[in-house]
Amino acid sequence: MRHAFWLVVTFDAELAEIALRSLRVTLTALVIACLIALPLAALLAVRRFRWRRATIALLNALMGLPPVVVGLIVYIFLSRSGPFGALGLLFTPTAMIVAQVIIIVPLIASIAHQSLRELWAEYHDLLISMNVTQMQKMRTLIWDARRALLTAALAGFGRGIGEVGAIMIVGGNIDNATRVLTTAIALETGKGEFALALALGFVLIALALGVNLAIHWIGQTERDSRW
Amino acid sequence: MVTELFPVTLKGAETSRRGKRLVGPVDLSLDGQGLCVVLGPNGSGKTTLLRLMHGTARLTGGTVQWACDMDTARHHQAFVFQRPVVLRRTVEENLTYPLRLRGVDRKAAKAAAQDWAERVGLGQHLTRRAMVLSGGEQQKLAIARALITNPALVFLDEPTASLDGRAMREIEAILLQAKADGTRLILSTHDMGQARRIADEVVFILGGQVHETGPAKMFFDTPKTPEARAFLKGDIVE
Ligand SMILES: Nc1ncnc2c1ncn2[C@@H]1O[C@H](COP(=O)(O)OP(=O)(O)OP(=O)(O)O)[C@@H](O)[C@H]1O
Ligand SMILES: [Mg+2]
Repeated sequence: MRHAFWLVVTFDAELAEIALRSLRVTLTALVIACLIALPLAALLAVRRFRWRRATIALLNALMGLPPVVVGLIVYIFLSRSGPFGALGLLFTPTAMIVAQVIIIVPLIASIAHQSLRELWAEYHDLLISMNVTQMQKMRTLIWDARRALLTAALAGFGRGIGEVGAIMIVGGNIDNATRVLTTAIALETGKGEFALALALGFVLIALALGVNLAIHWIGQTERDSRW
Repeated sequence: MVTELFPVTLKGAETSRRGKRLVGPVDLSLDGQGLCVVLGPNGSGKTTLLRLMHGTARLTGGTVQWACDMDTARHHQAFVFQRPVVLRRTVEENLTYPLRLRGVDRKAAKAAAQDWAERVGLGQHLTRRAMVLSGGEQQKLAIARALITNPALVFLDEPTASLDGRAMREIEAILLQAKADGTRLILSTHDMGQARRIADEVVFILGGQVHETGPAKMFFDTPKTPEARAFLKGDIVE
């Protein structure tokens, strides 16, 4: 235990590298996932198209998809004999980002859709009366629900940063290349290196909390300036 | 601008839901001046009639014909809802919203917002969140947001129904000023006193049917239909 603390406070170089990689992979995946999920959620809220119900059902189903299975599918697609094998992405951080995007898009889209739909019920009459275009509707909803959407993004971040199954499969947990906090913890625990595993665990918790607090703080300052 | 829109003519216009007719068939023609009051008790179809003209209620029979097409017409109209809809933004952002949609630049929009906030007595509240305003303040905000684009026509659905006497008179003054500035107003109410105070023209509606239309003075002095006479005598209460 003491050794674990020591590793954290001395800012062990290897540990820092792994933590930064975790953060980079998940934040990149989060940004891409938000770019996909938020417009999708807004579209589902404002527009009655043929496959709308089916899409919502699919998103909800995908939310429960085991990450390991996502990893397996991405692996098959990216493996040398797979359709995207020529890109040579397997066992790279990019592959991990792809897997995480697939895992968190349904989560963010579902949560976002919930709050955007409520807001749309409130705004519907006004925006229809103002002859607002589809694009303007979506932008208005996303902007005015931004605090709820931040929470959705946070949930996505939490799921991504703590995820181990999928990135283990597609990343391969390669030292200096694709090793991140969660896969490192799994490895070190397996080797019996509890001090290092524990230190990694502390960092993981600190990261998750830190990002949460930072985002909460952003929301807070905005509220103060408004109320 | 007014000439682009009017006259509006409804011919056998009606709206039904699940086979039940809510309003109509309505035959009505309105030109571009003054303050028209749609008068009728609760559930008589005032909201639905206003929405039909605005083009936001489904027309299941007949026609609603503006002098231009429905989308262009709606572009020159604004609608103030019975229960005010405010955006989850500040008062100022609520007021600049329709202007920004129309491509007005930020500075001009802010100046207009300041001006209109003061006109409706919300000058002190520009930076407050609209959601925390009182019901009356929200209604004034909704009216200012409707008038800020200088529309040819504003529909107002019972804009004073939930307000006290003072707030009601303040809003009536704002509306009469808008009328003097050349805005056509179509306002619904179940309040006969209000109709007497501000109406130039009355459309009397009961049970989804328009029973009588005409200049306010004629309607109040010499109502032609038994339904209108009963309503004016107070025999039909909301
Ligand atoms: N979406 C709807 N589905 C079913 N019935 C409806 C719907 N909208 C309105 N109605 C019915 O149509 C009738 C007219 O409604 P409307 O809201 O136009 O009345 P109103 O004159 O505005 O009443 P109030 O003074 O209470 O606002 C009512 O009987 C109402 O119950
Ligand atoms: Mg009504």
